[in-house]
Amino acid sequence: MNQPLMLTATQKAGPKLTIAVGAVILTLLLALPLCSLLPADNPLQVSAYTLTLVGKILCYAIVALALDLVWGYAGMLSLGHGLFFALGGYAMGMYLMRQASGDELPAFMTFLSWTELPWYWTGTEHFLWAMCLVVLAPGLLALVFGFFAFRSRIKGVYFSIMTQALTFAGMLLFFRNETGFGGNNGFTNFRSILGFGITEPGTRAVLFFATVVLLVASLYTGWRLAQSKFGRVLTALRDAENRLMFCGYDPRGFKLFVWVLSAVLCGLAGALYVPQVGIINPSEMSPTNSIEAAVWVALGGRGTLIGPLLGAGVVNGMKSWFTVAFPEYWLFFLGALFIIVTLYLPKGVIGLLKK
Amino acid sequence: MLEPIFDAGSSRDAIGIGQAAGKGLNTRHGTILTLEDISVSFDGFKALNDLNLYIGVGELRCIIGPNGAGKTTLMDVITGKTRPSHGNAWFGETLDLTGMSEVQIAQAGIGRKFQKPTVFEALSVFENLELAQKTDKSVWASLRARLSGEQKDRIDEVLDTIRLTASVQRPAGLLSHGQKQFLEIGMLLMQDPQLLLLDEPVAGMTDAETEFTAELFKRLAGKHSLMVVEHDMGFVGSIADHVTVLHQGSVLAEGSLEQVQENERVIEVYLGR
Repeated sequence: MNQPLMLTATQKAGPKLTIAVGAVILTLLLALPLCSLLPADNPLQVSAYTLTLVGKILCYAIVALALDLVWGYAGMLSLGHGLFFALGGYAMGMYLMRQASGDELPAFMTFLSWTELPWYWTGTEHFLWAMCLVVLAPGLLALVFGFFAFRSRIKGVYFSIMTQALTFAGMLLFFRNETGFGGNNGFTNFRSILGFGITEPGTRAVLFFATVVLLVASLYTGWRLAQSKFGRVLTALRDAENRLMFCGYDPRGFKLFVWVLSAVLCGLAGALYVPQVGIINPSEMSPTNSIEAAVWVALGGRGTLIGPLLGAGVVNGMKSWFTVAFPEYWLFFLGALFIIVTLYLPKGVIGLLKK
Repeated sequence: MLEPIFDAGSSRDAIGIGQAAGKGLNTRHGTILTLEDISVSFDGFKALNDLNLYIGVGELRCIIGPNGAGKTTLMDVITGKTRPSHGNAWFGETLDLTGMSEVQIAQAGIGRKFQKPTVFEALSVFENLELAQKTDKSVWASLRARLSGEQKDRIDEVLDTIRLTASVQRPAGLLSHGQKQFLEIGMLLMQDPQLLLLDEPVAGMTDAETEFTAELFKRLAGKHSLMVVEHDMGFVGSIADHVTVLHQGSVLAEGSLEQVQENERVIEVYLGR
């Protein structure tokens, strides 16, 4: 049985339990930045490393949720969501670079002996405009790509291949020094955001807090969508697009809406990721990153809202442990994990928990 | 003979067929569908060849013909899935079907049931009917849609008509083949189209279900126009007053079932003499 709304299923299984677990996790996440502000000798103190790691995973969880909206609900597997994530990250990075360099050109441009900023850097010293770019860059790209792809009725594996090609093309473009985004080094050495030092505990705590807020907001948006008739149309689209058209729905608008929404969520996640991690470079657009995001969703359970969050948490948690303990075996392990999930857990970890 | 029927029998409302949707569509001359000189060719093979077909308002027309006669292609042309290489297709007097998309045609009031029952398997029976319901089907409307009491009543009526009230919360994927057929018919009823195209609606149904379907279609005719493609001659005989025989992409004969069955050329085609 393919439940469209995982929430209805868990509600049957025990709504109180779900709410209780959710509340505990949320409290822990909100407590984490506060604990990081404690003095270093306090036993409850959380290190900057842990806070950054969890913040990074939360950003990935937002990507997983965004991908699940287009894949799990609308049935379009995107293997290019890393591109939208990176674009949001780059938009934020532009602002951070301008903050770091003050009135001068960013350092990498001086190395290229450029004398003035390229036109697309105009206004990036303003935080608000950079935030607009965070939404506009991935949003507009998704809008244009989606418009043509859905108009030409590109579906299934062809759609996946095209999104994969798109992120690969983006990576090649950003690798070039002439593109004006720092080539393969990307952006790093950030100093401050809105005047606050980027490595200061207070700034880190606020960024972490913002990530939690974005995650909760994304979850709420996804939940509202899944509960609405719009969500049911998406499920119908996934199962029988022809039937839906003969019912009088135009699939293009529905696909485009959820596709752009998903891209914008990824962009926002990327924008919060960059100041926490302190670097953005074109490898974020590499195809493997986008495929990994699909693994998170598949592992957690697609077509559910909690599943992808769980998947992103579990895989990235294991990754950070594995790459320290057995660095050379991580990719084999990831591959094995994906095979096991595909063969034995078609509904992901959530499917297992429900049993 | 093709005059629209306006007397609304109380039985119609009792079985949940609802209101005739005649508004907006110009059917001045009593024909709801006009196909003239329609040809469709796939790589030189002519699936339809100068086909002419007229369906009257409120008529129940059966289309029969051997395999490959072009029945499904005919439905594809009417619903905009396939474009004819030449010919005219009019819905009512004013809507040119050859220039409209599938979605526009569906919104204009042509409903289609596929040969293989196609329902939204992951959604419940109720949700299937809810999606099919005639209403504003834009993205924005779907985001804010709330079912009104009237709309819920309508869904209940149709559930009753297709005898699926007991399975209302079941996912459609778990229904039996016959139940899926009824659900798809129910979705068409929710859509409230003026013209219903039904491709082999009783395939895989039990005798009792077939009989019930025949009864249902006869009640639908008059309020709606129906075009039924069917192989089951018993079923055709029980519902149709007017039958069209297709052969090699054009109309071979037209008339009552008896007339058609006595037609020399029809016998030749069917029995291969």
